[in-house]
Amino acid sequence: MATFSLKINGKTQQVDVDPATPMLWVLRDHLNLVGTKYGCGIAQCGACTIHLGEVAVRSCQLPVSAIGEQAITTIEGLSPDGDHPVQRAWLEHDVAQCGYCQAGQIMNAAALLKSNPNPTDAEIESAMNGNICRCATYLRIKVAIKTAVKSTAKS
Amino acid sequence: MDTIKKRINRRDFLKVSALAGGGMMLSFSWLAGCKSTSEEVSNLPKAWFELNSYIKIGDNGMVTLMSPNPEFGSNVKTSLPMLLAEELDVDWKNVMVEQADFFPERYDRQFTGGSLAMQMAWKPLRTAGATARHLLIQAAAQTWKVPADEITTKDGILHHKGSGKEAGYGELASQAAKIEVPKEVSLKKVGDFKIIGNSERNVEGLNIVTGKPLFTLDYKQEAMLIAMIAHPPAFGLKVKAVEDSAARAMPGIKDVFVIKTLADDYERNGFDTTSFTEMVVVVGNTTWEVMNAKKALKVEWEKIADTTIAVSGRGGKQTVTIPAGLESTEGHKVKMAEMAKKTGKVLRKDGNPESVFKTAEKVIERTYTAPFLAHNCMEPVNSFAHVTKENAEIIAPIQAPESIMQALAARLGLPKEKIHIKLARMGGGFGQRAYGHHLVEAAVISQKLNAPVKLVYTREDDMTYGIYRPMYTATYKAALDENNNMIAYQVKAGGIPESPLGYSQNRFPAGAVDHYLAEEWMLNSNITIGAFRAPRSNFLGAVEQSFLDEVAELAGKDPIDFRLELLERAQNKPVGELNDYDPERYAGVLKLVRDKSDWKQAKNGIHRGVSAYFCHNTYVAQVINLTMQENKPLVEKVYAAVDCGVVVNPDAATNMGEGGIIDGIGNALYGEMTFQEGVPQKNNFHNYRMIRHSEAPKAIEIHFVKSEADPTGLGEPLFPPIFAALANALYKATGQREYTQPFLQSKKPLV
Repeated sequence: MATFSLKINGKTQQVDVDPATPMLWVLRDHLNLVGTKYGCGIAQCGACTIHLGEVAVRSCQLPVSAIGEQAITTIEGLSPDGDHPVQRAWLEHDVAQCGYCQAGQIMNAAALLKSNPNPTDAEIESAMNGNICRCATYLRIKVAIKTAVKSTAKS
Repeated sequence: MDTIKKRINRRDFLKVSALAGGGMMLSFSWLAGCKSTSEEVSNLPKAWFELNSYIKIGDNGMVTLMSPNPEFGSNVKTSLPMLLAEELDVDWKNVMVEQADFFPERYDRQFTGGSLAMQMAWKPLRTAGATARHLLIQAAAQTWKVPADEITTKDGILHHKGSGKEAGYGELASQAAKIEVPKEVSLKKVGDFKIIGNSERNVEGLNIVTGKPLFTLDYKQEAMLIAMIAHPPAFGLKVKAVEDSAARAMPGIKDVFVIKTLADDYERNGFDTTSFTEMVVVVGNTTWEVMNAKKALKVEWEKIADTTIAVSGRGGKQTVTIPAGLESTEGHKVKMAEMAKKTGKVLRKDGNPESVFKTAEKVIERTYTAPFLAHNCMEPVNSFAHVTKENAEIIAPIQAPESIMQALAARLGLPKEKIHIKLARMGGGFGQRAYGHHLVEAAVISQKLNAPVKLVYTREDDMTYGIYRPMYTATYKAALDENNNMIAYQVKAGGIPESPLGYSQNRFPAGAVDHYLAEEWMLNSNITIGAFRAPRSNFLGAVEQSFLDEVAELAGKDPIDFRLELLERAQNKPVGELNDYDPERYAGVLKLVRDKSDWKQAKNGIHRGVSAYFCHNTYVAQVINLTMQENKPLVEKVYAAVDCGVVVNPDAATNMGEGGIIDGIGNALYGEMTFQEGVPQKNNFHNYRMIRHSEAPKAIEIHFVKSEADPTGLGEPLFPPIFAALANALYKATGQREYTQPFLQSKKPLV
């Protein structure tokens, strides 16, 4: 066990855990941030996507000891009231079916738009290919990302 | 109206005059546990009045509608309360929706599956809404001393034109709660609907996009322990001995033990499917610690002997043999080929197909196979349970809570009324969550530890657990006369361990052909199976519609025209009396998809396939536009025509239809579970291919037939036919027919 001081969603939080513990379980079990989901545990499904700095990462494969000073953003911290352009677009297109994977999809999409504010269809598909949606809401996800692009450009 | 009258009895319509105000608000967010804002709190009613099990009205006019069915993503939590709101005549914006707990005394049929939610709720929920509205009108009539039939309602306001009196529902709710429930109420005509038929967004949308705790896996409470299981790594094995000293010594670990979930002589119901009744359990403080300790377990497994279990299901009480042995996919294929050669059990026979096949101008015979499939819901199997001496509190992703009550009561030694199941939102279902073995496992673990426990499967535990879509094969044969009319048709189908045909022998093209034969067979197995999106139909629709495409080609006819000719025959001069489809509605969707897709207009480089199927009381026809990119198929566009009666929530219906189509394309191309020596060969998403963003169709158009017929199923019917539309389009692209699913197998070149 070791103590880690983590910058999560703009707040610094202490946890005392095994250094090998993946951030996914630190968030879910120790910090009660359960919006980040467990889907596969091997970085194949994207349900656990969070931001490390501004980059989307799979928190199930990210040991807490690797975080250091880098800021973490989870779905709970993406926006104060669910009003990030990507979240608003998700609501506008009523993307979700079961909803389980959507936090990961949204975090991945938000990171994509940060690094590439106007992605092509192919770039969206490629960036989102690591996020499985078992309900197969892929078309709505793509349309929502395009809507988010437009609303970001306007504002 | 008969069934409704029976359903609405005094007990259902409990009238609680004043439920406590503060507590009620919390109950709709029991899992989220979010704090209400001060504005929300000040807007809360001071008292709630329950007009029936589904409807509570606050003294300030706020309306709470109960959603009875568990939610697995088909949007019942939004669409079912729309039925209540429509007949209650309230403004949807002023409604709060609350997920009901499993509570059979108050709600009928709390089951999500079989595409039945809307069909079964259509009249009862509208009646519940209309009944509550009736009580409010009566209350106004009494209070205002005017005739009830002069009172109108609009958006939660009661109005009497003659006297000019007006009141909100909230003002009269306490009075309405005291009035006698009517025996009968009239319901609105389809043309008068204001909410039904308009797209209402998912009531859980904001909670989903902000990551609020909605799923059982998100639940926690004080002193809750985490449990994980190690189930046998192969079907046909059981626990022999456990060496757990290393696991026990690991940090955070509380206990390691073996549980037995069902007694050997327990008589199971049809939903008590469980792959392993004995498993090793590791219990500890946190998920990661327990995961690690599980890896440190050393378990010795041994082969099972032939076992028999008693199951009472649809066909009455049966003794089912679970055979010993470590089965492999290669062995399955050999056995299935042998069975396919033998005579099967005849399910339907018209005319004399044997003699027609001997003399017909043209005869075609084709065999199709499809593998076991794993459901792979994104939320792995899990369940919370807290069992004490007095009662059991369970929170779980479960499609069929009622079906697991018998096993829970028998195993825990508690009466059913002491077992309380809360219906958490499910991270997918697809049939897998119809089977509640995880509830029993969690409850048994909790009872043993006398502590609140959350049982969590790893993805690997989930994918290798079983309850798969069965492996199937079917041989189809058709005969054409000299004018290329189909005069005989036969299907012989079987599977491991279930035939796909048992409930479908009267479906099209039965009734459209003079000489018809349907036969089935089954092979026993220790690999467990269960419902999977459109059970049985997901194979039959896929292969029958591929076969008919080939028959049409042999007949030199356009595949849509060919089907329409057969449907016309079934309409005008049906063969037999048991045909279970309406040829006119069937033809209707084919014509609609023909028009919408511009079927007759060939385009360069676009390969097209068509398919149509009827299941879950809904008619679907689909056309796929396909291109080949570097030898890989790319679905450019899918057109679907759907006749499911009234469409309650159109955008949500479209969303589900899109999901069914993409899920079908994914499973047709990639879906497959195989076995070697009883061991499932795929255990996570690195080797179980799921369809991903770049492989989804570029566009989907879903067209609903305008209809005033009662609503029918939607979650499943778009799934089966898309396999065939894809196979038929692939044939146009590659010149090769697809007889074996999945179409994109690892070593098979497509062209």
